[in-house]
Amino acid sequence: MSLAEIRETSFEETAGFGGQGAVGDYIALLKPRVMSLVIFTALVGVLIAPGSLHPVLAAVAVLCIAVGAGASGALNMWYDADIDRVMSRTRSRPIPAGRIEPGEALAFGLTLSAFSVAVLGLAVNWLAAGLLAFTIFFYAVVYTMWLKRATPHNIVIGGAAGAFPPMIGWAAVTGTVTLESVVLFLIIFMWTPPHFWALSLFKRGDYEAARIPMLPVVAGEDVTRTQILAYSVALAPIGVLPAVLGFASLVYGIAATVLGIAFVFYALQVYRRREGEAARKAAVGLFSFSLLYLFLIFSLLLGDTLVPAVIGAIWA
Amino acid sequence: MTGQNLHEDGIRLTEEQKRRQRSRSVAIGLALAGLVVLFFVITLVKMGPGVFNRPL
Repeated sequence: MSLAEIRETSFEETAGFGGQGAVGDYIALLKPRVMSLVIFTALVGVLIAPGSLHPVLAAVAVLCIAVGAGASGALNMWYDADIDRVMSRTRSRPIPAGRIEPGEALAFGLTLSAFSVAVLGLAVNWLAAGLLAFTIFFYAVVYTMWLKRATPHNIVIGGAAGAFPPMIGWAAVTGTVTLESVVLFLIIFMWTPPHFWALSLFKRGDYEAARIPMLPVVAGEDVTRTQILAYSVALAPIGVLPAVLGFASLVYGIAATVLGIAFVFYALQVYRRREGEAARKAAVGLFSFSLLYLFLIFSLLLGDTLVPAVIGAIWA
Repeated sequence: MTGQNLHEDGIRLTEEQKRRQRSRSVAIGLALAGLVVLFFVITLVKMGPGVFNRPL
């Protein structure tokens, strides 16, 4: 083999060596849109929890939860690169697009996971850190590696990973897991299936192509519509629980009731409209409203705590 | 391979690759500086003036 050929060979081998990604690609690995929801719900958990935590440590807690969530997103993209290549929604992600090597994403995800858990433990408390570690493990291993490709109920159990952030925020302040934080967990846990099944109704082709056993692909759209309605009906009263249990005001209770009824209304539209453009619009409508619902529920919980505190400060 | 040129001394990065490498280096530098500041502030918050109150 001539020197030129040897050089050519080693040159070709560098194709998989990585080092091609821009900073923006690494930020994309963290799933910033998912992260924004995690930051918001974790922040609410921190702010409404009884007790006090130094503002700097509260900020560190939210930062660690956000970075941990981002790390699990990177691990998810590392493992799911094969199916991300098939789906239109995920085709342009950094790994399937060839801008970042899978090994780079794995190293990035593992490093951030270790750092976020260690810093949360050392700076705040080890219960919160343990919950964060469990959340990362649950999303990256239990959901991504196991449930997602194995069962049509992947999103039901896997949704727990997205429900932990407010509980971690609460644990960061109180050092415990209480009924109130379990209710915050339950709200997101019950919200996740109708949210993602509405998405899968109008993105069914993607999941079919990637052979992911989402409910509409495996059990059909009719069963999915029934399940969406059932989970929505279950979610509505759970959304009101903070007022029933006394850690949110009557105003919150009334608003959460109205929002819950609206959620069931959108789910009913999905249940009734089963054909053509009307069915697609109903699914898109529920998907969009579900995002608004979660944002408003947590905003109301935050307002419940902040408004009296601000009024009290003004009067004092 | 596209984007890279064979050079007598090995692989020469394209301008775009150099730009990305620089921006990654800057981002890593900023992250490290941020961590230094973060750990310093956390230490002050958790230990306060007591950070200096230790046996030599």
